Parts: sequence; structure tokens; C-alpha cells
Amino acid sequence: MREFAALFESLDTTNSTRLKIDAMVEYFRTAKAVDAAWAVYVLVGRRVKQSVGPALLRAWLREEAQLPPWLVEETYASIGDLAETIALLVAPEGASAMRATAPQISLADWFHQRILPLTGLPSEEQRRRIVSWWHELPYRECFLVTKLLTGSLRVGVSRALVTRALAELFGHSRALVERALIGAWQPSADFWIALAQNESSTLASHPYPFYLASPIEAVESLGARGEWLAEWKWDGIRGQIVRRGAECTLWSRGEEIITDRFPEIIAAASAIESGTVLDGEILAWGENGVLPFAELQKRIGRRTLSSRILKDIPVRFVAYDLLEWQGEDWRPRSLQERRTQLQKLLSPQTVIVLSPAIDAPSWDSLAAERDTARSRGVEGLMLKNWQSVYGTGRQRGGWWKWKIDPFVFDGVLLYAAPGHGRRSNLYTDYTFGVWAGEILVPVAKAYSGLTDEEIRRLDKWIRAHTREKFGMVRSVESAHVFELAFEGIARSPRHKSGIALRFPRIKQWRSDKRPQEADTLANLQSMLPTQR
Amino acid sequence: MNEFEDLVTATRRGLFCKAGDFYIDPWLPVETAVITHAHGDHLRGGSARYICTDAGEAVTRQRLTADARVETMAYGESRSVGDVRISLHPAGHILGSAQVRIERDGVVWVVSGDYKRDADPTCAPFEVVPCETFISEATFALPAYRWPETQLVAREIFDWWQANKRAGLASILYAYALGKAQRVLAELTRFTSEPVYVHGAVATIVNAYRQCGVEMLPTLPATVAAKADYAGALIMAPPSAAGSSWVRRFGEASSGFCSGWMRVRGDRRRRGYDRGFVLSDHADWPSLLRTIRETCAHRVLLTHGYTDALCRFFQEQGVAATALRTEYGGEE
Ligand SMILES: [Zn+2]
Ligand SMILES: [Zn+2]
Repeated sequence: MREFAALFESLDTTNSTRLKIDAMVEYFRTAKAVDAAWAVYVLVGRRVKQSVGPALLRAWLREEAQLPPWLVEETYASIGDLAETIALLVAPEGASAMRATAPQISLADWFHQRILPLTGLPSEEQRRRIVSWWHELPYRECFLVTKLLTGSLRVGVSRALVTRALAELFGHSRALVERALIGAWQPSADFWIALAQNESSTLASHPYPFYLASPIEAVESLGARGEWLAEWKWDGIRGQIVRRGAECTLWSRGEEIITDRFPEIIAAASAIESGTVLDGEILAWGENGVLPFAELQKRIGRRTLSSRILKDIPVRFVAYDLLEWQGEDWRPRSLQERRTQLQKLLSPQTVIVLSPAIDAPSWDSLAAERDTARSRGVEGLMLKNWQSVYGTGRQRGGWWKWKIDPFVFDGVLLYAAPGHGRRSNLYTDYTFGVWAGEILVPVAKAYSGLTDEEIRRLDKWIRAHTREKFGMVRSVESAHVFELAFEGIARSPRHKSGIALRFPRIKQWRSDKRPQEADTLANLQSMLPTQR
Repeated sequence: MNEFEDLVTATRRGLFCKAGDFYIDPWLPVETAVITHAHGDHLRGGSARYICTDAGEAVTRQRLTADARVETMAYGESRSVGDVRISLHPAGHILGSAQVRIERDGVVWVVSGDYKRDADPTCAPFEVVPCETFISEATFALPAYRWPETQLVAREIFDWWQANKRAGLASILYAYALGKAQRVLAELTRFTSEPVYVHGAVATIVNAYRQCGVEMLPTLPATVAAKADYAGALIMAPPSAAGSSWVRRFGEASSGFCSGWMRVRGDRRRRGYDRGFVLSDHADWPSLLRTIRETCAHRVLLTHGYTDALCRFFQEQGVAATALRTEYGGEE
């Protein structure tokens, strides 16, 4: 663990990509195979099944910190990270940390001997073990171990960066490493050795890394319209169907297997010949076309899918691309060739359908189509070069997303709560409302969008114009108007306003407007998609 | 005048001592301003008359217009102002920083200004002044804020600089221009005598400190060298220079920030520095508790930062504590 903690320290104390890669290569060069495998697992952001929930850890912290419980909570609220709060309040430091004689245990052993065996133990026993680690580990290791218990470790390295380090270490291509790191693999010495020796995974369900589009504004810079395929940018769940041997697996972009969520897609995919991998979008699809994302969410949220919900919220897989055909990796072929084959193989299908090409011969006519995006329930357009290969990650150039402008409205500041960390002594979490007759109803929470200077000015004003305090939250006088942007709107019976906004954020402080000039709830309701 | 009346109250213009008809660190112009120290949130221009310590005069004058009227007092010297006697006592915060002791009819109030208990070669160490009412800062009044030993942090800074030098990188160290930067330059004399490049805002104050006899590493203006010469060098700048075009002249560099806020990892990451060095000129949680205990104050009034948390903590311990609404804070 000490070596891994040192690696963590190196990664955490530089913003330089080069130095981060060097630090990883250095660690992997000397680590034992099984430790290296676990380090990769942790660095790419994977996590083991949680054996102890954060609520319990928090309760134990309150008991161990020798401080009033409210003060522990206040400190946690300010720091915003449970593992760090635990390390700061409980781990021995300074001279006592030097004396700490915690036995040296390797990263893999931490998992195999200590963390994984916690599962299923009575909570008193879990408490005894975990609390003793807190007290015997030096600060950095206490933080790391608690992080590993509670979830993933965000250390400022992306999977792409780990991939680069491993590619350098082994002299493999990045694509090869990337491929080995996705899908369901277990951290073990065998995994590491297979990776080193370039024996790519033999798992039948192994997916390919997704290719992601970059945003674009000036489409004219792309050259001739005819060189590009234009498709709708659907607002669903990006997925990959892996059809190999007798198996058929559906992966989400978050690399989760979601096969059992969408039985109708799996049934349809089983009819496709083995050795095929498709990239596409899962969408809720009614009689008259695509349904809002919120409908799809209802299906994801369910533990079991009743026949009722299968009937009420049918789904489709709108296929974008063909990544593997007859067992061969087709990603290096041109989009033209891939799409022609995709169209052929999908022609008998009804649940899995080809993503339609938009027929607009010029950039201008395409822009006009884009303006209809909102009424069609899509987020904008995708532009893909006919000659492009299927890339990895966010490689620029081949695929672009041309999104529509966000919705905007003017809201009145109603409530404010303190932020986290350095911002914890400033009111930075705001709730905004719009007019419903004579009263303002809250419709959006937003945290970002103001400059530091504006935040300070607003904070001062909030303190001086507080109406009421509810715990950490203050209601303020209705005086300030803000322009807010958001990406989507849906009906929501759970909200007082009856609507829910997606990704609301502050566009600007409209100090030129009076609260009476803010938008009405009726205005927002008019932005709701028409019920299909 | 009522003898139970508060000696100091928070008013629109600042902390006011009615019996002496003067303000302490006011944020609006007043007739008489007693100044605890020269940080921007405590010293503002426009008042008719300023009183500060001898040791703090140079840095105080630097921040005021040339015609400002500044009177000084030695630490411990006492004088009558209106119906009260005042004296200034070391606060250990920066050069010349003071606590203000106010006495009337045997009742003593102390206004701490900003203070710390850790050793600092650039200023006189904090002196405990017994009092009935103590007005304390609370910038870092959460138990997570505990400072490591200054010597260890200075060692970390030096090691970081040397490691960057080996990698051919410049080291840009951000620290508050008044106090913190000079403290780092003084601490580093333990390890080296190599000159350090400094930003103009730091340089002016370094000169004032040198005139007061504070020993620091030799400094050079960060404008003289060619780009290549900065590789391996240490450059000190105020945090406001971070991300500006000014730092581009140093070529490839690692950045560090000296502040008590660097105790929290998320805080460092949000601000985008490579390294955070936990070095503060304010009292940490244990020092706040210890200091307030040592003053034997029956009543505590709090300014800066986490006043609400410290207030409640003391109230639960049976100490009368109240948060004051002030405009202090922000210089760490
Ligand atoms: Zn200060
Ligand atoms: Zn201050």
C-alpha cells in the first residue's frame, strides 16, 4: 500500500500529463503483477462492491472524532469528501504518525484480505476492523483505504491516461490496451500477464470503446456537405450490442451490462448472426415516435420489469454503426462501407433500426432541419465523415455534434445555501423561481455560472436580506433576476411546480431586470414537449 | 456612561470603541482608526488618523497615501484615548501585527485582529493578554484545520523546488504578498542562500521587511532573466498572478500555493495548483481553543470565517460566545 500511496501522491501533486504518465510507468515497472492489476482497476475508476455504506462510516466517524457530532457534520459539509474528512479528523499525524506501526500490506492484499472479506460481516465487526484501520494508518493511507471502501478514487487520471502509460510500458498500441481495459475484467495477476503479453480478452461479451463526438459551431468549416452523413442526435442511452457465439449482451456507455433492462432489444438482437457488434442509442419509442428521456428513465429505475411497463414504455435500438461483422473488427473500414453493411443486416428488423440519414443537400437546409430538432425530441445533429474510421474516445475530426441552443428563462433568486470547501463560507447554491399568479414557485437549482466577484457580491447581499433560515438554507427577499439556461424540460408530479428541468445553470445576472419581469410558470410549461 | 456597556461594538463603519471614540480596523473612513495590521481587509484608506505599531509602520505607510497621518506605539506601551487606556501587543500574524488591549475602570477587552501561535521568524510571537472579553478571529475554526510544523512545510517547499530543478522546471510559488511571502523567504534560509525571483508586489514588501531587519533569502525582480534562466529557479508571486500572462515568461513550471486552505485536497484541486503547502498566518483549530482558554475571557466575540461553528462550540462549553458581523476575511 505504501508504494501505491506514493503513486497516488505523485499523481495528485502535478497537473502535468507527462509527469503523471512517468509516475504510473515507474510504479507499474516495479509492482507485483497482482498489485499492478488492482492499481489499474482503481486508477481507471472501477470499484469493488461496497460492503459498508457511507451513512455507517459517517456514524462511526461521529463516534470516533471526539468532537460534538454536529461539528463533525459541519466539517464534513465544508470539506465535501467523506474519506478526507475521516482522515483529517481521525488519522494520526505528525509525531504519532511516525510512530504508527501499521503492518505493510500490499494493495492487492488490502482488497483480498481486508476490504472484500468485510462483505457479510455483522456491522459491529465491520466497525471494529475499519475503525482500527483509521487509527493505525498514517493520513494518506487512511484517506486512500477509506476511499477504496466508499467508492471510486478520483485522482485526476483518466482511463485514456492510464492507457497511454500501459501502452508505453508494454510497447503496445493504445487501441489494444484500451480494448483490454473495457468490459468485465477482474483484477488478477493473470489479467496483468495477459495484458503484458498482448493476449486480448477472450470473453465473448467484450465490447469496444465508444467513439465520442466533439462539439462544433461553424459547420461551414467542414467543407462540402456531401462528405458528411447527418443524423439526429438522439437523447437516450448510448449502447453497444455484442452478439457473439450463443451470447447477446447490451452494454451502456458507462460500461455496465444492461442486458436484463431491455429484453425486447435482446430478443431482436438474437436473430442477428453471431460475430456482430452494433453501436446505437436506446430510446423509449411510442406509436408516434420517440418519447422523452424521462420515460426511458422510468424503465431504468425499476428493479423488475412488469409486463405492464414493457407495454407502456416500449423501446427501440437506433443503430448508428457496425463495429464487428462476421467476427472481424470493422472499425478501421470507412463509415460508408460500415453503414452499407449495417443497412443490409438490419433490413428485416423492427426493434433494432438504422439511424436515419437527414436528407438536406446544403449546410443551410441542414441548419433549417436542425431548427426542428426540439419539436422532434432530439438534441441536435450528428455529423460524421463518410470516410472516417470508428475511432476511440473523443478523437477529433471524424464525428461532430451540432447541438441546438439551450432553453433560457429569467428566474428570481428565492433560496441560497452554502457551497463546499473554500466556498463553504459563501452562499453559492441557489434556488430560482418563476411566477405562478401572485407567487413565485421554485423551478431550478443552480450552482455555477457566476464570476467570483459576483458570488461575493451576492453572498453579502444574501446575508443582509435573509427572510428566514431553515438549517443551512436561507430564503431571501425577491429582488434579483437571473437568466438561466437548461437542456430539457419534463413534467414532474414530484415537484411543486409540476416541471423538472435538465442541467439548469446560470447564464447571467440580469441586474437590469426587476423581479416582476421574470418569466411565468406558464411560459415554461409552453416549452414542454407535446404529449405523444 | 453605563459601566456594563460593551467597550467595543460592531457598527456600520467597523468595530467601534465609544468610550475612546475610535474604531479598530474600520472598513469605512473614520476620524481615528487603530490598526491591528496592514492586510487589505483590516487597513483601508481615507481615515483622518491611524494608530499602529512601530514595527508595522513601514508596511502600513506603503498601503496608504503619502499624506496619511500615522501615529505609532511600541508593543506594550499604553496611552489614554478618550475614557480608555489602549496598548498594542504582538499577534504573531505578520510584521507589526497587534492585538488591541482596551481597559476602562479595570475592565479589559482585547481585539485580536488576525493571529497565529506558530513560530514565525519575521514577526514578534503572539502574547497572551488576559481579558474579560476577547474578540477573536475564526478564519479556520473547524477541527480539520490543524497545521503541520512550519519547519516540515518549509522542508517540503525546498524539496519541491529542488525536484523541479532536477526536472528542468521553474517553481512558481504563490503566497499572499504581505507576510506569507516574506515568511517563506525567511524560513528557506535554513536550507539555502540561493536567490529567489519575486513578483513586483512581493518585492516592495520584501524591501520594507529588510529595512526592519528581517533576514530573508536574497531576491531578484522576476523581470530580469531570460526565459531559459528560470528553469530550476524559484519564483514567488501573489495568488492574483496565477493564470495571468505574467507567469508565461517562466516557461515550463510547477505551481505551488502556500495557504491554510491547502489543508483540504479538494480546495487545492479546485484551484488548479500542482502542490499545496499548508502554511497559514492564522490560528488553527487547536490554537484558537488554546488561545481563548489562555486569555481567561468570560466572553468571546468572533469575526472572520467559521464564526458560527466556533460560537456554538463555545456556547456548549458554557462560554458566552457571539458572532460579529464584520467585513474581514479573504487574505489567505
Ligand atoms: Zn491578516
Ligand atoms: Zn483578516
